Amino acid sequence: MTNEVENLLNKVWAGMILISIFCALATGRMPQLSDAVLAGAGNAAELVLGMLGMMCAWTGLMKIADAGGLTSLLARVLAPVLRRLFPAYPPESPAAKAVCMNITANLLGLGNAATPMGIAAMKEMQKNNTDVKTANNSMVMFVVLNTASLQLIPTFMGTLRANYGAAAPFDILPAVWITSILSLAVGLLAAKLLEGRKVG
Amino acid sequence: MDKLGIYAVPIMILLILLFGMIRRVPVFDAFVEGAKEGLASSFSILPTLVGLIMAVTMLKASGALDMIASFLAPVAQLLGLPANVMPLALIKPISGSGATALLTQIFESSGPDSFAGRVASVMAGSTETTFYCIAVYYGAVGIKKTRHTIPAALTADFAAFVIAALSVRYFFGG
Repeated sequence: MTNEVENLLNKVWAGMILISIFCALATGRMPQLSDAVLAGAGNAAELVLGMLGMMCAWTGLMKIADAGGLTSLLARVLAPVLRRLFPAYPPESPAAKAVCMNITANLLGLGNAATPMGIAAMKEMQKNNTDVKTANNSMVMFVVLNTASLQLIPTFMGTLRANYGAAAPFDILPAVWITSILSLAVGLLAAKLLEGRKVG
Repeated sequence: MDKLGIYAVPIMILLILLFGMIRRVPVFDAFVEGAKEGLASSFSILPTLVGLIMAVTMLKASGALDMIASFLAPVAQLLGLPANVMPLALIKPISGSGATALLTQIFESSGPDSFAGRVASVMAGSTETTFYCIAVYYGAVGIKKTRHTIPAALTADFAAFVIAALSVRYFFGG
């Protein structure tokens, strides 16, 4: 599965470059294209450097929240909601706890912490899985939860918008929240409705 | 709405700082430790971003990106999306850095506060890199049959794209 995604990205990347070259040949935009190669690589480095300070500031602030125990505090608030989504695991089970910690870390945008906890949750769920090669309903629910963005404050997006001169980079927050919540609801509903069907 | 934009950041910082102080966190030490992690992760995405921003800048310069957008314009219109965010919708489930590369392109051509710029921001800010997520989690435990994961996750992504345009229209007009 991991290989398949990497393979796809390899093809997409090569495809983008090949299409560009053929398209530039056809439309006579070769000079612009060769400028673009230099500019593009340079832009990427400038972008990362331009965002570096703000990204450090955000991860620093989130670390204060995390060190103060906000993650476990939020996890307690979320537990009753998650119990409904994962009826197979009682709230005190290691699987439910790992799921809870993963979701909370995602909410706070602690991506580095969220992934290992998510993998721990998957390993716990795998323990009582009837077929170790096939995902059970709880696993699907969990992965769908993770493929929807749960981050309360999209700091990367705000920083990127600020870098391009947005007047109030975080003015998109309410729209992001509503879109996240509604699309997550659609995803979870879809997962629930498709549970009974045999897909893939 | 304007007020929220101005107050959101200072209020967030105030709340985090007060919370840390109440919980007796050595706030500056924690900040510095976290900032180091931010530094490391920013540098670790640099090579991926160089590759993808280069490819997207080439697509734009060759005229291919605009061609793809105008080819997808009828679909975009049906969904209520600006045509130039369609390539973003296609790449977002596959590559986070690819999405960033296309975002920079949209911000450069339309501006971050344009309708397209805001819709693109909300689209990218309210979805994850779906296939990467699926690969990491199932890959970690050796699951081969993902059953209804991909249809459900892509349904959520699709919903997010359509709702992004609706919500930006609702909050900002346009």
